[in-house]
Amino acid sequence: MSFEQLLQYLLSGVTMGSIYAIVAIGYNIIYNTTGIINFAQGEFVMLGGMTAISFNFFMPLPLAIFLSVIIVSFVGAFIDIVFIRNLKKPSVLNMIIVTIGLSTVIREVALHIWDEKVRSLPYFTGDESSSINIFGAYISPQVLWVLGVSAVIVIGLTFFFKYTLPGRSMRACSANITAAQLCGVNAKNMVTLSFMLSAAIGAIAGTVVSPITMTQYDGGTSLAIKGFAVAILGGLGNSTGAVVGGIVIGVLEALSISILPSAYKDAIAIALLLLILFIKPSGLFGSSEVSALKEY
Amino acid sequence: MSILEVENLNRSFGGLHAVNDVTFDVMPKQIKAVIGPNGAGKTTLFNLIAGALESDSGEVKFQGTRITNLPSHRVAEQGIARTFQNIKLYSNMTVLENVMIGRHVRTGAGFFAGLMNFPKTWKEEREIHEKSMELIEMLGIAELADSDATSLAFGQQRTVEFARALAMEPELLLLDEPAAGLNIYETAEIAETIRKIRDWGITILIIEHDMSLVMDISDEITVLSSGKKIAEGLPEEIQRNEEVIKIYLGEEDA
Amino acid sequence: MKISHKYVPVIILLGGVILFQLISTLSGIEYILTQMTMAGYYAMVIIGLTMLMGYTGQISLGHAGFFAIGGYTSAVLTTQNLAALKGTGLADFIMNSGLSVSMTDTYGQELVYLSPWISLTLAILITIIVAFLIGIPILKLKGHYLAMATLGFGTIIYRIVLGAGIFGEADGISEVPAFPVLGGLSISGDSALRIENYYIAWFVLGVGVLLLINLVNSRAGRALRSIHGSEDAASAMGVDTARYKLAIFVLSAVYAAVGGVLLTHFNGGIGPSEASIMKSVRYVAIVAVGGMANLWGALIMGVLLNFLSLRGYFGSYDDAFFGVILIVIMLFFPDGLLTRDNFKGLKQKIQRLIAREKRTAE
Repeated sequence: MSFEQLLQYLLSGVTMGSIYAIVAIGYNIIYNTTGIINFAQGEFVMLGGMTAISFNFFMPLPLAIFLSVIIVSFVGAFIDIVFIRNLKKPSVLNMIIVTIGLSTVIREVALHIWDEKVRSLPYFTGDESSSINIFGAYISPQVLWVLGVSAVIVIGLTFFFKYTLPGRSMRACSANITAAQLCGVNAKNMVTLSFMLSAAIGAIAGTVVSPITMTQYDGGTSLAIKGFAVAILGGLGNSTGAVVGGIVIGVLEALSISILPSAYKDAIAIALLLLILFIKPSGLFGSSEVSALKEY
Repeated sequence: MSILEVENLNRSFGGLHAVNDVTFDVMPKQIKAVIGPNGAGKTTLFNLIAGALESDSGEVKFQGTRITNLPSHRVAEQGIARTFQNIKLYSNMTVLENVMIGRHVRTGAGFFAGLMNFPKTWKEEREIHEKSMELIEMLGIAELADSDATSLAFGQQRTVEFARALAMEPELLLLDEPAAGLNIYETAEIAETIRKIRDWGITILIIEHDMSLVMDISDEITVLSSGKKIAEGLPEEIQRNEEVIKIYLGEEDA
Repeated sequence: MKISHKYVPVIILLGGVILFQLISTLSGIEYILTQMTMAGYYAMVIIGLTMLMGYTGQISLGHAGFFAIGGYTSAVLTTQNLAALKGTGLADFIMNSGLSVSMTDTYGQELVYLSPWISLTLAILITIIVAFLIGIPILKLKGHYLAMATLGFGTIIYRIVLGAGIFGEADGISEVPAFPVLGGLSISGDSALRIENYYIAWFVLGVGVLLLINLVNSRAGRALRSIHGSEDAASAMGVDTARYKLAIFVLSAVYAAVGGVLLTHFNGGIGPSEASIMKSVRYVAIVAVGGMANLWGALIMGVLLNFLSLRGYFGSYDDAFFGVILIVIMLFFPDGLLTRDNFKGLKQKIQRLIAREKRTAE
């Protein structure tokens, strides 16, 4: 393989990897605050793209994206307030089942609103034929948008969790919910906030990657699985790990095309997921004691 | 010859040395108590012996056989039964069914035999049923046989747990705070039951906080504090032991 | 011969099955039996899954994968025309040792294929091996790790059957021949044999249920239930929890595979949608509705919901419907709809209603 080809694969891998990492971070945010894995995470990405596409028909792109992110965050809040808060028996099994049910319903609703056509947002800059030459590899400017936006999200979240009051309250909840409540943190609202935040970043990812991967009503499922694989690889709850894990899985997936028929590309991430779960479920950066304790 | 030998057993959790070089013996048909303030490492010790936890170092021998770090179901097969501090009865089954599970180690019908319901398993099933009913009657809870196990009063649940452990026909019984949550009358009943069990030939190792119970029924007492064994002896000796008094009541100004 | 009371529901079921057939024949809606036959085979998956989820508390979001392994194995093996391979070692061996079935197709050509009994046996063997290999590492996981691992397994099976040429890719495998059972009876979509196939399917299901009833009431069954009740206590009682969890996992996989093989022969084909995650979700939804540890609840719900779905009552909202079921059940009936507690509660409400009516009448 020539250097340019390798670079092409690497860039393509890192691009998709950043999206997976964003999804994984979404999982981590909710998981850290609540211990729940939100199986509907992938649908936020899909909804972000789809809603923005619809809005884009009668408003400029930036506004469409902005509104779509707002709406999807409210969908996230809605899910928490209506469904998660009212679970009679909030066991791990039940929460898994509820979020799976929600993901199914969201997907079907999306199908009925938008039908099964594949759509996409227009390129943020340039169009499908523009390309930038980086050391011999040709990439679309949209790739830079994906990488840039992802970096902004990660940096923004780091800042949010370290320096803002809501962010620190959420971290307090994840460390010790009783102590947090005793300090006046409204745990229920923090949970809702975590859902909104996860939904928002998912939606942003969905819009920025749409021109590259297209958006389809059932695109959320495979993202959910891959995002989960990344989250586990990096260590559940660990967002630096998510970034590293995203890049690893994205690149491996991209490189796999040179060896396997492309039909199996999607199976790579899953095979990796199973491998990690079997060997070290706590992931690259997690501690096995923590992952063992945080079962229920 | 001792029925249980614990030699230099060690277990740490991160920085906490929960069980620190503990050595002691239990003689057959003895009732031996392990006492100590909260956090002394008593339940950890039990879990190490029963196979629920792996030790960092040390040996546990049962009737001369090394059982160190055997998984708990293998320990059960050796003839050691245990109860739990917070009573882990099977919530999805009746009292009778809970006790019938106790017969698991003494019976052998497998998965396939279960599916097929071969005639040769009918006799075993009948025996399991009869022996379990016998135990339930012996412990005076016959009328509760078909009740949902976890809907009973606490004291009754304790008795069911006893029945379940006894169904295993163990040679050594590990009781983890059997008097926890019981009132004076129930505690007296438990003391009687424990003595009865010993009379049937079963050795008993018991963790307990209730000093009246401990002093009443124990043949010998081992005292743990912060993971270490600090005293061992007859009840009267322990009562007068200054170290023991200190750890329970705190330092007295000289 | 005294029949143990635990088998009484099976006899009632048998009666119900016969009654249903008579009524449908007499009312001229016999075609309904086709969907009931299919629902019966799907129910095999469901009762196996109930044992896994309900009695040992393990979730599997990939059970459609085992259905597919069974169905596709049999489909592939029985759609190789051995007549065309006459002269090669293996083909001759099969044909000469009576392991094959002959028939002439619509063009008068001779068609020889591997006996479905053999492919059924092979399918079961392969399923056992796969379930064993997957089960050992998977069952060490808990909670959402377990769920995701099973989801991952199901997805991989789906990708394989969707992507591999030998499995017909997106079109799946068709022209799967009939499964000769006894004399002139065979499992196939032949409408002349509709009633016979209905009884065959429900016979198979009946045997499946019987075996599970035996299991639940046996020493092994108690061990399984104890694992669900409290894994620590089960271990302390001498139950090798890892072994039992694996055993029930493999058993439930075999049930799914058998359902897959027989339904594939009944339908004359199989497609990748049978391995999809949505199918797995559907099975989980049905088990949840029926009441996780409720064999009969799962059976009733399984047949009912599958039947309605197959007859198209849910229209294009099929998948959404099952998604909604999952949500509603988890919110309001986390222990399932058809549980003893719910029936007791219902009975009490009705009694109170009657009492109130009596009082107002006085």
